[in-house]
Amino acid sequence: MATEMDKVDVVIVGSGWAGGIVAAELSKEGYRVVGLERGKDQKMEDFIGAKDELRYSSRHGMFQDLTKETITTRNTENEDALPIRSNSTNSINGTDTGGSGVHWDGATYRWWPYDFEAYSKTVEQYGEDKIPEGMTLQDWGITYNELEPYYDKFEKTAGVSGEEDPLRPGRSDEYPNPPMRGSQVTSLFKQAANELNYHPYHMPSANMSQQYENPDGETINACVYCSFCGMYGCDFGAKADPIVTVLSTAQKTGNYELRNNAYVTRVLHNEDKATGVLYVDTQTGEEYEQPADLVVLAGFTFANTRLLLLSEIGEPYNPDTGDGVIGKNLTGHFGFYGVSGFFNDKKFNLYAGAGALGATLSDFTVEQLDHNELDFLHGFEPRVVQSGSTPIGSNGVPGDTPTWGEEFKEKSLYYTNRNFGINIQVGNLPWAHNYMDLDPNYTDFIGDPLLRITCSFSDQDRNIARYSVEKSKEIMEQMGADIIEGSEITDETEFNETTLTSHTAGGAIMGDDPQTSAVNNYSQMWDMENLFVVGASSFSTFSSSNPTGTVGAVAYRAAEGMIKFLKEDGGILVEKN
Amino acid sequence: MSNNKDSQKDNTTSNEIGKEHGITRRKFIKNTGMIVGGVAGGSLLGGMLTNNFQAETTNSPVYEEETSTFTEARMFFTRYEDFVVLMQATERIFPEDDNGPGAIDLGVPYFIDKQLAGSWGINGSDYRKGPFPGSEPSVDTSTQTRGEIFINGLRKMNQLSHKQFGASFDDVEKNQQIDILMHFENDEVDMKGVAASDFFSLLRQMTLEGAYADPLYGGNKNMEGWKMKEFPGAVHSYEDIIENDEFIKMDPISLEDYQQG
Ligand SMILES: Cc1cc2nc3c(=O)[nH]c(=O)nc-3n(C[C@H](O)[C@H](O)[C@H](O)COP(=O)(O)OP(=O)(O)OC[C@H]3O[C@@H](n4cnc5c(N)ncnc54)[C@H](O)[C@@H]3O)c2cc1C
Ligand code: SF4
Repeated sequence: MATEMDKVDVVIVGSGWAGGIVAAELSKEGYRVVGLERGKDQKMEDFIGAKDELRYSSRHGMFQDLTKETITTRNTENEDALPIRSNSTNSINGTDTGGSGVHWDGATYRWWPYDFEAYSKTVEQYGEDKIPEGMTLQDWGITYNELEPYYDKFEKTAGVSGEEDPLRPGRSDEYPNPPMRGSQVTSLFKQAANELNYHPYHMPSANMSQQYENPDGETINACVYCSFCGMYGCDFGAKADPIVTVLSTAQKTGNYELRNNAYVTRVLHNEDKATGVLYVDTQTGEEYEQPADLVVLAGFTFANTRLLLLSEIGEPYNPDTGDGVIGKNLTGHFGFYGVSGFFNDKKFNLYAGAGALGATLSDFTVEQLDHNELDFLHGFEPRVVQSGSTPIGSNGVPGDTPTWGEEFKEKSLYYTNRNFGINIQVGNLPWAHNYMDLDPNYTDFIGDPLLRITCSFSDQDRNIARYSVEKSKEIMEQMGADIIEGSEITDETEFNETTLTSHTAGGAIMGDDPQTSAVNNYSQMWDMENLFVVGASSFSTFSSSNPTGTVGAVAYRAAEGMIKFLKEDGGILVEKN
Repeated sequence: MSNNKDSQKDNTTSNEIGKEHGITRRKFIKNTGMIVGGVAGGSLLGGMLTNNFQAETTNSPVYEEETSTFTEARMFFTRYEDFVVLMQATERIFPEDDNGPGAIDLGVPYFIDKQLAGSWGINGSDYRKGPFPGSEPSVDTSTQTRGEIFINGLRKMNQLSHKQFGASFDDVEKNQQIDILMHFENDEVDMKGVAASDFFSLLRQMTLEGAYADPLYGGNKNMEGWKMKEFPGAVHSYEDIIENDEFIKMDPISLEDYQQG
């Protein structure tokens, strides 16, 4: 029998950006909030001196403990899915206080107006026929303009250091901090892009260009470009993460209690109301029930979807009929493509850098391209990122070089500071056959089914990838690289267990129709008004830019909805379509 | 590893390099203070400064005799016979050359031995529930631990060497060793329960890790791997050079220096 804890106003699963933002906003309003985090307690002091590539990068020290739980993957419905057994195969999920937001890189973008109305805008511009059969484009039930104030709020909380993108739509305010410094690499990229008549700009980053105090009174230090950034906690409190911002704000109110090693297994509910959650203390094995007036799932795409399925809330998606919603529209950045450039006569200080120090351009994004002439929808964003290379991870050699032995050693040493890449992000759009459900064969450490991913590539995915590599090669050529190599995308290139990334979305998507969406634009479950499901799980489609800016915006909007819900004695906050 | 003589030597050179590029120690400290000053409070700031700069300002004693490392003994491999195969295989993957030491002199075999003796070797953070289907699983999907895979793989190398060249792996010619390794790389060897090419890529990966991980793990001896790679190690700030257009070479700093000063 589970031990019943005292009832609180709000219980939140997860302590990442999504859970942290909600915790801060609700505890500031005076509500009593309990956060449940499966991972261990960690704070800034844990990251001092954490410049250890083997531990954090090669061995994925900050990622999910797979002894307890993982996900399974397969391409199609008639295969058995296999579990991702090691973070070396693919490290995806953060754990511990702050979630993935602690060891992220900090590239903080907004998404495109198109993204929120992907279906309507495609039909409006190109006609219904442009949408290939099986592509399940859907609008979010909210527009960019409606979400803009929440983007602004998140950028101010995170102290985003940025330069305005000349091609992005209007902002209500400037970035809270000026862009980070440039490097030889970012300058070279911008120069080449300008020569090609593109519109380069500095990547928006949550690595601070200067010391900053956010509106909640939290101070984030200035970044010192120390290189041990993405995959690592920041040694200097200079990367906006949930620990130095929203979780600290929540703690200061005295209304927020974070319990670590608390693995949530079910949302408890009667017919149409959530009553709390069930969790296991992973250090004792004991089970607890935490009752609450409001339940918030903020455990990231996978955990959010899995907990809904395990708790039998909402109708599971059926890929054969297209009915149901939970698990639907699995999207993301499935694999990162790129182009490498090897320079024979130039040497760069590549060992220096910061997670999101980079330059990019929006000339190939969905709103810039004319899709009448293209065999794909949406767009991509090429960029150079000088995140600071570390020696185990930086052994690139031109393709005709052996990968070990004398010649490899010679060339890998020679090119260490003479090669870098253009990374390309391509958003994978939703398809009827890409979804999540519960795995019938594999279970977690307490015997509950794992989440199963079913996903395969379509021609759309391969076509856009090929085109993006071709265009990026032209930029690399303009940058003067002597040897240029790009990702090869063949007709056989297929999604596999290594392709899934921490940029994955869907499963409990947002919309204005309960028939086709799980939550409304406040992230409130249509089927259960006191249950909010927050994070990338609610993204109906995916974009070419990084997701966390949108996770933050959606979370601020959700928190506003929760406060409204609690103040106004409940009810569904948005009219159903 | 505490080799006072060496760290003393490195510090001198790193000071020289600093001067060469106009970054004096004093200025470096001042900049650091500016960056974090008054924000994180005394503990972080104090910790950082002492951690990073104590080494430069205190005179650690210089011992006349070489101090022993005491850590180069086998933790995981029980049979020396297996370990010598490992030594030779890693040296072929990362050989000594004009650039500097190879795997053996960098301590790579001991690095691998220590890694396999710990959590990594027993797949301590992996999902290990069955079923384990598949005829030729990868090292990450095998029922065997990484430690078991290594033992099986190294013994298979030796067997192949005896069969093909009539002598054990460490006794045959370099190019014969290379030939055997290529058989593994190209999956022309049958290994029980795991693809030979996958074992080979784990061996290759761990060899590079041993060459380039912080010396605290037993490889990258005296930071020689980093010196070859012109990698500065655990430098706390590149604020002063990030915008620089010329390549700046620095002597590396290990985590021991960084954390203890
Ligand atoms: C190395 C890396 C670099 C990245 N860089 C960028 C970048 O530059 N830009 C960008 O936009 N995005 C980046 N991301 C992605 C970004 O980190 C995520 O989008 C973001 O952190 C998601 O926030 P979240 O709060 O929704 O989820 P998370 O941060 O994953 O937080 C969810 C939390 O819930 C907890 N949890 C899950 N299940 C349970 C359960 N059953 N019970 C209790 N607790 C549970 C988890 O332990 C976790 O702490 C990066 C990710 C990684 C891994
Ligand atoms: S690069 Fe900057 S933000 Fe990243 S870990 Fe270092 S100091 Fe922190």
